Amino acid sequence: MTVASPNDFQESLQPQGWLRYFSFSLDHKVIGLQYLVTGFIFYFIGGALAGVIRAELASPISDFVGRETYNEVLTLHGTVMIFLWIVPVVNGGFGNYLIPFYVGARDMAFPRLNAVAFWMIPPAGILLIGSYFITGSAQSGWTAYPPLSITTPALGQVVWIVSVLLLGGSSIFGGINFIATILKLRRPGLKLMQLPMYCWAMLGTSILVVLSTPVLAGTLLLLSFDIVAHTGFFNPAMGGNVVVYQHLFWFYSHPAVYIMVLPAFGLVSEILPIHSRKPLFGYTTMVYSIMAIVVLGLVVWAHHMFTSGTPPWMRLFFTIATSFIAVPTGIKFFNWLATLWGGKLALNSAMLFSCAFIVNFVFGGITGVALAQVPFDIHVHDTYFVVGHFHYIVYGGTVFVIFASIYHWYPKFTGRMLNEDLGRLHFLLTFIGFNLCFAPQHWLGLNGMPRRVAEYDPSFTTLNQISSVGALLMAISSLPFLYNVLVSAFRGRVAGDNPWNALTPEWLTSSPPPVENWVGEAPLVEHPYGYGVPEDTLSVAAATGRDLWSGAGRR
Amino acid sequence: MPIPSALVTLLVGMALVLSGLWVGYNVNVLPLDASANAPVYDALFRVLFSIGTILFVGIVGLVLFSLVRFRRRAGDITDGQAIEGNLLLEIVWTAIPAIVVLFVGLYSYDIYERMGGMSSLNDHAAMHRMAPTETETMEASVGAGSAVSAPAARVWGGIGVAADDVNVLPVEVTAMQFAFIFHYPDGDITSGELHVPNGRPVELRMKANDVIHAFWVPQFRIKQDVIPGQPTVLTFTPTKSGSYPIVCAELCGPYHGGMRSTVVVHEPDAYDAWFEKNSPLAATVASASLTPTA
Ligand code: HEM
Ligand SMILES: [Cu+2]
Ligand SMILES: [Cu+2]
Repeated sequence: MTVASPNDFQESLQPQGWLRYFSFSLDHKVIGLQYLVTGFIFYFIGGALAGVIRAELASPISDFVGRETYNEVLTLHGTVMIFLWIVPVVNGGFGNYLIPFYVGARDMAFPRLNAVAFWMIPPAGILLIGSYFITGSAQSGWTAYPPLSITTPALGQVVWIVSVLLLGGSSIFGGINFIATILKLRRPGLKLMQLPMYCWAMLGTSILVVLSTPVLAGTLLLLSFDIVAHTGFFNPAMGGNVVVYQHLFWFYSHPAVYIMVLPAFGLVSEILPIHSRKPLFGYTTMVYSIMAIVVLGLVVWAHHMFTSGTPPWMRLFFTIATSFIAVPTGIKFFNWLATLWGGKLALNSAMLFSCAFIVNFVFGGITGVALAQVPFDIHVHDTYFVVGHFHYIVYGGTVFVIFASIYHWYPKFTGRMLNEDLGRLHFLLTFIGFNLCFAPQHWLGLNGMPRRVAEYDPSFTTLNQISSVGALLMAISSLPFLYNVLVSAFRGRVAGDNPWNALTPEWLTSSPPPVENWVGEAPLVEHPYGYGVPEDTLSVAAATGRDLWSGAGRR
Repeated sequence: MPIPSALVTLLVGMALVLSGLWVGYNVNVLPLDASANAPVYDALFRVLFSIGTILFVGIVGLVLFSLVRFRRRAGDITDGQAIEGNLLLEIVWTAIPAIVVLFVGLYSYDIYERMGGMSSLNDHAAMHRMAPTETETMEASVGAGSAVSAPAARVWGGIGVAADDVNVLPVEVTAMQFAFIFHYPDGDITSGELHVPNGRPVELRMKANDVIHAFWVPQFRIKQDVIPGQPTVLTFTPTKSGSYPIVCAELCGPYHGGMRSTVVVHEPDAYDAWFEKNSPLAATVASASLTPTA
């Protein structure tokens, strides 16, 4: 397969220096950083919107913003955070930067498609957020359930659809590119089962993207016909069926949960072994559990619809299927714990954020398995319990991993280290703020507070105020982070090529790397996790579980 | 003599399980249980809470222990042990979660069955109860462009009532932006609040006029979406008299947060008094069973 190389364009069309970050660059590293920085900008916008929500909820009456505005802010917050922050950053950002290194390639399989995929994002984002100021934005939540989405102001909803379609398209282009790169651009001699775990995570994720995103696109097209052309696909007044929309929507949007979290699983699998100086435990089972999550993730969508018009047998099937995702997910967590066990753990920011990810995600996973039980869900569906649950997953899980990854790869991106003290301060504030913000929401949901409301029963005031204080702490926590990444780019300690003594290929080149990744031949890394002293006191074959857990042979 | 680490592990594990069970059975985070299925729900909640506590505390304990015990000491630049995996361990931690979720799944299925969730919604008896009014609604709305075009007697979802239960109190619920309207076909009462007698099963036959709403009473532990074009049903038996909030739980527009009402559970004679007082047909109630209402 011939690959267009960014070097072909280097002299003629491609700008040099800092200007290339604003250009239609074909270099996967530039595109990766473009995704990352754009994502962070939208993260801060989405965070400000969350601030508006928490400010409104500091008092039980609707007093801070108008009711329509509140629903617009809520819709924008969800849409921005999912489609403009998490998905582009963990897929497009880290994926573009790292995958070519991991497979030993000089760029992605389709560099131009890659640049197109990125450049669809800024216009889509501007469209979405700009709609608030021009036409008024959508008010029907990020789920856009009809008939509400058909009856709320049409223009804002249509702009929302167009923007999500663009972002979905970008995501599909990215997914195709990752699949092709991982399967076809591997350096000769590199076998699939020697790839770093993030490649497997991105392969699984991209399969989900390619299979499920088109369904969302089709659904939203039909919805826009209903709004613009007054067709009746989802309009009950014209014989349409509103529950069909929910099935189609969740057929994408549950897999979307894994599109947001599988790459994060991959990233921690890279970070943990390096900072605990031990091989990744159970490589093969990790690969199989990713694939099991992909398959199961496609058949659990109706757990979002237990109180919609679903027949009993369907509720039963989706309960069982959802519960079983806990098995491959559990395997991954036990493997990470075993990776930590007996290592030499560096307690730096990357490690702290990764370990907090384990803690938070386990909590979100436990509430997730509970939500999968129909009788349990019937009480708490569409309440603050669910809000707590999925923020433990997406924030406590994926966002924590994004921060861990920034601390881990920043030296490679810029050639300079981040300040560790500021990093640990950032961690502490984020961890406390996050738990203060989202833990009380579980109690609120169990006791009667529905989600997506601007006013609530006054007996819930105290806990809502605690939650708002937590949100304020989270906002404050981003100050040391911002200062750190901005100042360290110029003043940070020079990192050198491989500050962590890592074995994966992105560290076997200069920091930042040259345009085609390596000067000369790409390295062949057959043991990406080959850390650790060979077992002198204990052989793998002879080790029993009790030996490992009781710590025998640790020295 | 040093205590063998296997024994320590065993003791810690047992302490963890026991304290998890203790926490699960003493946790008190749910609102009042005021319907027949609420105690059943609470039992499920306790089981889930126990299992969750054991898992969470165990895993957090392992993470914290590792962070402290295996932290890199200053000046140490050596690696850990090169252990790449262990088949037995992998089998153990695949099997244990599998057994736990299987148990949880079967148990919650049993709970759901006891709540009436598995009773067929469209069996003969249920259809018969739903039939008269719904058929009329449908005929009235064909061609009229009305938002409600209910296919005859087809119930799309919810928690049904045992087919042989004749004692049920039927109430028709209409949800609209931003209110619930309750209509008692037996007495032709229309009310903005739901009044029910303690101890008698109530069957809500629900339809929506505009967008999707959801009927939720936290103290009853039940919720059901009210869907335009698709009638749903919800059954419950109140067990404690008092007033409880009815909350709309599906985003339905700007005033969604204000779409609330109250369910008043009366003692049976107080309920009869309320009924007499409000029903225009009070005199004939005894004989009027399922007269189609105008
Ligand atoms: C992996 C990352 C996950 C993310 C990002 C995530 C996200 C979400 C979101 C956004 C919702 C709310 C949907 C809505 O009503 O708008 C939700 C609900 C739900 N999640 Fe998760 N989730 C994740 C993991 C899990 C896991 C591991 C399970 C169970 C094994 C699970 C089970 C559920 C269930 C059953 C609901 C429905 C609750 C309800 O709507 O009442 N989720 N999740
Ligand atoms: Cu889901
Ligand atoms: Cu409503």
